[in-house]
Amino acid sequence: MKVAMVGATRGMGRALARRLAERGDALFLLGRDEPELALSARDLEARGGPSVSHARLDLGEPAGFTAALDAADQALSPFDALVVTGGLFARQDELAADPARLAALLHANFTGTVLLCQQAAERMAARGGGLVCAFGSVAGDRARRSNYLYGASKAGLAVALDGLDLAYRDRGVRVLCVKPGFVRTAMTAGLPVPPLAGEPDAVARRVVAAMDAGRHQIYAPGIWRVVMLVIRALPRAVMRRVQF
Amino acid sequence: MGRPVEQLSGGPVLEEVAGWGRHPVGRGRVERPEHLTLPAGVEPVVPRGLGRAYGDPALPSREGGLVLESTRADRIRSFEPATGRLHCEAGLSLAEILRVFVPRGWFPPVTPGTKFVTVGACVACDVHGKNHHRDGSFGSFVDRVTLRVADGRLVECGPDRERGLFLATLGGMGLTGLIVEVIVRLKRIESPWIVLETQGMASLGAMMEGLRLSAAHWPYTVGWIDCLARGADVGRGILMRGRHATHVEAGTRRARPALPLRVPFDAPEWLLNPLLMRGFNRLYAWSHGTALRRRVVSYDRFFYPLDAIGEWNRLYGRRGLLQYQCVLPRAAGSPPVATLLERLGAAGAASFLAVIKDCGPASDAYLSFPMEGTTLALDLPNRGAATEALVHELNAIVIANRGRVYLAKDAVTRAEDFARMEPRLGEWRAVRERWDPARRFRSAQSVRLFGDPA
Repeated sequence: MKVAMVGATRGMGRALARRLAERGDALFLLGRDEPELALSARDLEARGGPSVSHARLDLGEPAGFTAALDAADQALSPFDALVVTGGLFARQDELAADPARLAALLHANFTGTVLLCQQAAERMAARGGGLVCAFGSVAGDRARRSNYLYGASKAGLAVALDGLDLAYRDRGVRVLCVKPGFVRTAMTAGLPVPPLAGEPDAVARRVVAAMDAGRHQIYAPGIWRVVMLVIRALPRAVMRRVQF
Repeated sequence: MGRPVEQLSGGPVLEEVAGWGRHPVGRGRVERPEHLTLPAGVEPVVPRGLGRAYGDPALPSREGGLVLESTRADRIRSFEPATGRLHCEAGLSLAEILRVFVPRGWFPPVTPGTKFVTVGACVACDVHGKNHHRDGSFGSFVDRVTLRVADGRLVECGPDRERGLFLATLGGMGLTGLIVEVIVRLKRIESPWIVLETQGMASLGAMMEGLRLSAAHWPYTVGWIDCLARGADVGRGILMRGRHATHVEAGTRRARPALPLRVPFDAPEWLLNPLLMRGFNRLYAWSHGTALRRRVVSYDRFFYPLDAIGEWNRLYGRRGLLQYQCVLPRAAGSPPVATLLERLGAAGAASFLAVIKDCGPASDAYLSFPMEGTTLALDLPNRGAATEALVHELNAIVIANRGRVYLAKDAVTRAEDFARMEPRLGEWRAVRERWDPARRFRSAQSVRLFGDPA
């Protein structure tokens, strides 16, 4: 694959990019922080990836998407997969207290990510097909009082990805929505670690397998599919009472 | 990984923090950043890697102290295929280096008995391995260490630059500054396989002679000792020597994927009672006899047999274990080694893991552990005060013979005893004084051994 990737510098994205590079996939990194992108590019090259270059992209600035995708096309001549692991995260109390921060998170995680995926899908469809893979969250499967704002951004994204898959599969573009459960990364540092927490590398392996198998949605770690099945089935009265 | 034990209202989550021996246990605020930076201010910091050191070197100096874990700062900066020079962030593990570079024909120049260690920790402990008699310790292959020192500056040191800081950092247990990046030279291998020869040794004398004779022709040597054997049998065990297999010797072997074994819970303490351990050690010795055997094994099986069992430290029960490792100079010969083994046998305190190895010349690094002579490492199930008393007794034998103990394994040695073991301690203290006069970097171990304020 020739993969344009948003979020490869950190956490699950870093682990996923390494898995892809090590098996020989060509990568082009997109993100906000160019020194960071350069560091990750060198890491991926040393791990066996062919030459990895990068360009600036901010999920909060859709005006820059065309130029960023052009750069990816030029480097990978052209890309046939877009992977978006990047996004914003903050605790519920931080978002509730800061409307500007909340707006930025909703904008990047939903509006920006949907626009980018849509744009990339259209490009790839026009040249015969490809893959879009973006990270939702189990937080988007059912609202919880402790993180419904972040969850809402991911819920909206999941619906958009689901629809994107329906709309573009005939034109050769597959769409994979990954819904991570709690995974130990720098993003979740400081949060209480629940049972069934996952590790980024295990998530990465699972995502690569799902990409290859043409799945349209996976949970990672896999056990979260069952957990969310139960949580989605909980009566409203129960959700009102639980404190998490 | 520690588990969160408490969240103060709005405050930081404190985690239990322990070494691999699970004793002692402290509590700290553990940060695992993707960038190793030193927080502003003057708060004391203890650097930590994957937590495989046994005692208290990676425990916070006080309750709730800041622990800076490097494991997420694990990017490779560059690799030169022509020379094997690997430039990486300090949190990269040997396991990851092996996974990425063995298929390309490169191997860590020195490896301890577990691959779940970070490169930063390999520098901080100046780790040694089965090739110490020939190649020296990890520091011999380090070209550059980048440190974030106490005043916040980034300082590069190496054999040719800031040499004093470099020599204090190798084996300095992370107390000279935060190790941020390392340049280390990997070595070429022809195959991932190891040609292994094993031979039963009937006595300590035979074992030490076997190690000495093997040293000339084998890059890797080590002995396993049945340390509960008494009298004339003291020191009997199995000598192992290995070298990287050639293409021809490796043939078409394919590595079998390892079974994911894991110890699921803390074993009850009776499991390790002396009788059972003696049985285990005997079985190990008898199953081998004194015949010479030669075979080809995977590098994992040769270097990391215990890594195949996840969380094996739980076998020692809830109270954990103390590992004891000392080195005695060559001039002392085998008598003090025999004395140590006899003392352990009499106490009935030793376990199935007793490792003997001959070391080559000491490095120039001030607190580097190995010295030319014989090193002995073994697990002591923690039985509280009795075990600590035993360690002090063993330390007295070591001091009398001008040996020393390994800080990566130490939890109870007294400050005055360590000072008597380590003639270069003054030089190390002077360098530390220059770079970290306020002792920003300190650990439970440095409080115990170097008189740092808690």
